[in-house]
Amino acid sequence: MDKLKELWPIYSKGLLAENPIFILALSLCPALAVTTTVINGLTMGLTVTFVITSNNVVVSLVRHLVNPKVRVPVYITSIATIVTVAQLVLQAYFPVLYKAMGIYLALVVVFAIILARAEVFASKNGVVRSFLDGFGMGCGFTLAMLVISAIRELIGSGTLLGYQVMGSGYEPMLMMILPPGAFILIGYLVAATKTWNAHREKIEAQEARRREARKEAEA
Amino acid sequence: MAEYLTLFIGAVIINNFVLTKFLGLCIFFGISKSFSASVGMGMAVTSVMTMSSILAWIVYFFVLEPLGVTFLTTIVFVVLTASFVQLLELVIKKQAPALYNMWGIYLLLIATNCIVLAVPLLNVENSYSLLKSIVFAIGSGLGFALAIALMASLREKLVYADVPKPLQGIGIAFILAGMLSLAFLGFSGML
Repeated sequence: MDKLKELWPIYSKGLLAENPIFILALSLCPALAVTTTVINGLTMGLTVTFVITSNNVVVSLVRHLVNPKVRVPVYITSIATIVTVAQLVLQAYFPVLYKAMGIYLALVVVFAIILARAEVFASKNGVVRSFLDGFGMGCGFTLAMLVISAIRELIGSGTLLGYQVMGSGYEPMLMMILPPGAFILIGYLVAATKTWNAHREKIEAQEARRREARKEAEA
Repeated sequence: MAEYLTLFIGAVIINNFVLTKFLGLCIFFGISKSFSASVGMGMAVTSVMTMSSILAWIVYFFVLEPLGVTFLTTIVFVVLTASFVQLLELVIKKQAPALYNMWGIYLLLIATNCIVLAVPLLNVENSYSLLKSIVFAIGSGLGFALAIALMASLREKLVYADVPKPLQGIGIAFILAGMLSLAFLGFSGML
């Protein structure tokens, strides 16, 4: 039980507290490019989750064998290999999605977040922890992709996952599925996350002060 | 000739890599705080992209395709561009220290950047000829330089603006990029 308590934060920090898109603002190219529909966003999210988790495991396994001087090329080769696996699988089983991802699937290789997790976490931690860290970051990434793509699809074409959600009188706001809409939406989402974080910090500070006051009163 | 011109103009403004394809956003937002730095970055990206496109084109059509291992394209191109940039850095440091002092820092940043990888990939995906690849790479690089220079001049003006607190920094930068992108959308359908 204690072990579980210790491991849970490693997974959960990627979801919100250190969300790769909203908080760390890393790997934004895909978040903007493929989030025109929920299904595309989800595919990209799952692909990245797969790549980041497997890469963390691989890097963690070989961390004692790699000379620190050549570690970055080793990580990049490992990432590129895993991305190629993902590419081949998508191409074979989901050709439509593969086409929709286009060039951005190959560009998963150079996502800063994947290399960053390998460098910051997996190269210093054991396999289980690295797996959880990668999986958490991947889930956080997928979550962000879902939020962005749901908003864009809903406003831009009035549908969700291809089903008509808005009433028939709804005039789709085309700009949202075009590039400018993506930029502007991300701008506001970043601002929203910032506000929410500041608010949470304020509440936490208040609670800490209250606790201290109570302690003093007891003393 | 007209074909090349179309390709070039298309790459510079109509399919601008940053504003319509979202490539190179990390450096786009990271460097665009000062105008002079953004011009340097734009030039560095253009030259690196052109040279790595030529290299990648040769490797793809003379090695990967004859051997029938085109599924290795992603791995080979990543290693190729990353090691090429490192090599270029070493050479410039040794041969032209003045140039290195000016642009050296940008080279490190673009070693594993999506825009430098994307252009060679697009070249082989569309099976452009070598000359077309070069034209496309130069066009894309200049398009990037144009976008980042415009963005930097806007952000330098932004210093005097009263931006709401949550939007300060990256938030307003995204909205500005959205406006720029909207302006560039006006070019679509021109060709």
